[in-house]
Amino acid sequence: MTEFLQQLINGLALGSILALIALGYTMVYGILRFINFAHGDVFMLGAFAGYYLAPKIAAVLPLPSIAGALVVMGISMAVCAALGVIIERFAYRPLRKQPKLTVLITAIGVSLFLEYAGQFVFGAAPKKFPAILPALPVTHLGGLSFNSNQIVVIAVTIFLLLALRFIVLKTKIGTAMRAVSFNPEAAALMGVNTDIVISFTFALGSALAAAAGILWAINYPAIDPLMGILPGIKAFVAAVLGGIGNLPGAALGGVIIGVTETLVSGYISSTYRDAIAFAVLILIMLVKPSGLLGKKEIEKV
Amino acid sequence: MKIWREPFLAALAIGFFLAGCNKPSSAPGAGNDTIKVGEFASLTGSEATFGQSSHKGTQLAIDDINTVGGVLGKKIELLTEDNQSQAGQSATVVRKLISSDGVAAILGEVASSRSLEAAPICQENKIPMISPSSTNPRVTETGDYIFRVCFIDPFQGTVMANFAHNTLKLQNVAVLSDVKSDYSLGLAKFFKEGFVAAGGKIIADENYSGGDKDFNAQLTAIKAANPDGIFVPGYYTEVGLIALQARQLGITVPLFGGDGWESSSLVSIGGTALEGDYFSTHFSPEDTSPAVQNFVKAFKTKYNETPDAMAALGYDSAMMLADAIKKAGATDGAKIRDALAAEKNFPGVTGNITMDANRNASKPAVILTIKNGQFKYVQTVQP
Repeated sequence: MTEFLQQLINGLALGSILALIALGYTMVYGILRFINFAHGDVFMLGAFAGYYLAPKIAAVLPLPSIAGALVVMGISMAVCAALGVIIERFAYRPLRKQPKLTVLITAIGVSLFLEYAGQFVFGAAPKKFPAILPALPVTHLGGLSFNSNQIVVIAVTIFLLLALRFIVLKTKIGTAMRAVSFNPEAAALMGVNTDIVISFTFALGSALAAAAGILWAINYPAIDPLMGILPGIKAFVAAVLGGIGNLPGAALGGVIIGVTETLVSGYISSTYRDAIAFAVLILIMLVKPSGLLGKKEIEKV
Repeated sequence: MKIWREPFLAALAIGFFLAGCNKPSSAPGAGNDTIKVGEFASLTGSEATFGQSSHKGTQLAIDDINTVGGVLGKKIELLTEDNQSQAGQSATVVRKLISSDGVAAILGEVASSRSLEAAPICQENKIPMISPSSTNPRVTETGDYIFRVCFIDPFQGTVMANFAHNTLKLQNVAVLSDVKSDYSLGLAKFFKEGFVAAGGKIIADENYSGGDKDFNAQLTAIKAANPDGIFVPGYYTEVGLIALQARQLGITVPLFGGDGWESSSLVSIGGTALEGDYFSTHFSPEDTSPAVQNFVKAFKTKYNETPDAMAALGYDSAMMLADAIKKAGATDGAKIRDALAAEKNFPGVTGNITMDANRNASKPAVILTIKNGQFKYVQTVQP
């Protein structure tokens, strides 16, 4: 029983990070109806931004410390938000009137560009991510081990989810986002500046990816330019699983994928881990094609 | 322009033809006053640190030989080609070394996959090849012209099994191996066989895929089995992360593994989580024997750094080749091959090397531990 609970904690921590990445996929899909395949690489750039920022921050604030970690994470999120806006402005916006497939292929191109430019600039060898958070001694509770990083990951994810919920539901820009997602043409006619809304969506999604990148690097402190590929794919699956375009769905999907993977590696075999995780996806899609929390969309012909 | 082109091409072709005729056709490698030896190495690319180390050791050996007058009254000339750590390049550069440079023997490579590319070409041309550090058993199975100066994975696995059982006094051990790597699986297999034969028990057998970052699930399962040691036959990046996550889960038993651990990146990633863990490798610069200390001193003087196992094996591969050429008394491929096959108790810096019937080196392994972030010598295990 303790082992099972421990595996649940492990899965929840992994799933939380996937959930943060999944939100970016699902937001962009909600607004533009296309999959931003470069999103996983923005996650990688978030981790690298933290890697290069940490020594600079350490000159001002003591590291590892909570304040220092927050500053590193905040600046990395800002850097990636800007990057997300730039990617959208130069790679996707010129193609907005083109078929969706064109933009999709461009997204794959941007993804490969970021991966291999990353290898060229940062080098291909894995880098050690510096300790930016003080590692508290591992807490033991009746045979369960809580390591402080796992708790931080889960707590930060919950906080960011609530913040996102606030932005989308309670602010003016959030209302505009929902309007564009509902019907871009109508929103534009009502005076919503769709360009700004789309840029803001990319900024928000990329900032969340950067936060996920930092959390990932705190937990697994070896980062390399190709580190975004697998988490990116899994987060995409999580977004589809939860119902793409639906924010709570993406978070739920992330947690389900994380927990399934952990339980499969822990109890069955890590060789079949991905196969089983994806089989779960296929099963859910068969029963509920729009995803767990997705709404059924009627295709107008 | 048109009138120009054809005579120009013709001249070029004649030039190439004449250059082709120039190559030594009598005895391979026997230039006028030098003996040519070819080396192929991963000087750039993903395994560049391994390739560079190995090359530095090889170059140092050639310099040492030449300062005492070379062999058979001739200096050795080392021709080095870079395969950029890429598949397919080794075959090309080795073919060039043999057919256009006419080398007497080939030295290389660190990675087994690239040694396996070059071996059939050397075998076909009857040019002896010595791999400094490819531990996969298949390399020397290519043919009777292919040798190596390092031990092979079955030996390494058995060494760690005996060390775990007899020295660390472990009874119940868990194994965590990389299903994507032949090296890791091979080492795990031989470790398990050896450990069970020694009287121990394997109580958990988990695996991961190279490139994974999260090992909490496997480690939690291992923790539940309550082993008194964990064998992790992987490469340094994953091992560093595994150690970190194991300690965070409250696993305090020692981890131990093979020569894939030997990299400074291991400690930079794993940090204090690796304190007191063990791995087997080929060489320790702390070994007090005069041969090792002289090598370490010469290496430091030339390159201003401490040699690692790859450098030591590169050095031994070139030294043993020179010794074989001396004993053969000729640069003829077949004669060098016979002399290499007959090497017994060759005093290398990585221990005394004896060629077995399968042209693998029978030699000691070294066990190191990690103390204060440094690799420290523990013991030498004889075959």
